[in-house]
Amino acid sequence: MSETQKLETQISDMRREKNARPFTLAIASGKGGTGKTTLATALAEAAGMGVTLRDCDVEEPNAHLFVQPHWSRHTEQNRPVPRIDAQRCSACGKCAELCQFNAIAVAGGRAMVFAELCHSCQGCRRICPEGAISDENMPMGSLDCGMQLKDPAAPINFISGKLAIGQVMAPPLIRAVKNVGAAEPLNILDCPPGTSCPMITAVRGSDFVILVTEPTPFGLNDLELAVETVRQLGLPFGVIINRADSGDSRVHDYCRTRGINIALEIPWKRSIAEAYSRGDSLCEKGAPAKPALPQLSATWPTTVSVPTAMLMPPICT
Amino acid sequence: MNVAFSATGSDLNSDLDQRFGRAGQFILVDTETNAATILENTQNMNAAQGAGIQAAQNVINAGADAVVTGNCGPKAFQVLQAAGVKIYHTQEHETVAEALKALLSDTLQVADSANVEAHWS
Ligand code: SF4
Ligand code: SF4
Repeated sequence: MSETQKLETQISDMRREKNARPFTLAIASGKGGTGKTTLATALAEAAGMGVTLRDCDVEEPNAHLFVQPHWSRHTEQNRPVPRIDAQRCSACGKCAELCQFNAIAVAGGRAMVFAELCHSCQGCRRICPEGAISDENMPMGSLDCGMQLKDPAAPINFISGKLAIGQVMAPPLIRAVKNVGAAEPLNILDCPPGTSCPMITAVRGSDFVILVTEPTPFGLNDLELAVETVRQLGLPFGVIINRADSGDSRVHDYCRTRGINIALEIPWKRSIAEAYSRGDSLCEKGAPAKPALPQLSATWPTTVSVPTAMLMPPICT
Repeated sequence: MNVAFSATGSDLNSDLDQRFGRAGQFILVDTETNAATILENTQNMNAAQGAGIQAAQNVINAGADAVVTGNCGPKAFQVLQAAGVKIYHTQEHETVAEALKALLSDTLQVADSANVEAHWS
């Protein structure tokens, strides 16, 4: 058994032990186009164990292009929005006061709902003293479940959500993507870009967040926002720099001075870009992400400040 | 009559704010007594969504019978209308004082629909 394999076994043993509940790894970034999806797919393929990959980018799902799963189930999803019983409503205003999303107003002696702004938190229904609010189902999109069987010994469960055309409210569908299906030991979430509600909904509650960035001024700016966000959520995180040798050193400097763990650097290589354009993952075509993964996962429990001397060797060299 | 003007500043010589939901503040004028009070709107200026709805809620709660503003989106309009608040749009009057004068001399028209698409306010 090679060193890598030994480490791998060790880690999966470790996981099995504390596998009262699955380990959830969120792959996020402040900026789009940093390589989140490529990385999430590669990590799922390299996991070599029970893994579910969940595409939480419901506004623009694209992980299926890389995973190429065999689809098994398609379901339409509804979300609850409040319906007001005008007879019961006393226009007390409690619901409007509570709603963080300005989706309810009380005017002309009754509450009125703007369903397209409602995040389906159901807080208004709970607070209404008159019991005047009930749930109404509103179509929000669909869920697709499938499986990748490229490596029959290590199948990947795959779940993808897609917002219906004309719908703008992503969080409730993201929650559905996160919760559907059987719990495998490892959950990998491909999160929506940015730092607003969809991204926060996706990363919330995960055990470790990987922020993917690139060494450019834009990358740095958006990384800073993303770091702030995950810190506020109190989530342990590490950074992966994609196209690591392509830009300047500001992202590296930033991480170093803030004691942020750079978990992995992926070089800027033509072979990777070509594999990407074919829809291949980082694990294929002479791109052995596999040995990097156990090393990467070994850094998960240690939250921040891994000494830079322990930087992971670049994968895909 | 209580009239809420969207304003960029806090006295009658301030400019009429063209935005309703994200107005700097509202100046509430009681046309019988000429008393003016300020209604803050800072929270809505930075709201991620629904600023117009919340601003409408605030002026309704403050007891306004009418609103004078530059532009008002469909959601805010719907809320104001449900509460029976009259809406006046004007782009011609630069300051709150001028708009007030125009209102009192009956030269402002009550709007019967929103005049901008959603997301302006
Ligand atoms: S369910 Fe939540 S977001 Fe929707 S209207 Fe009620 S309080 Fe607002
Ligand atoms: S909390 Fe209930 S009773 Fe009060 S305004 Fe809202 S719907 Fe009406």
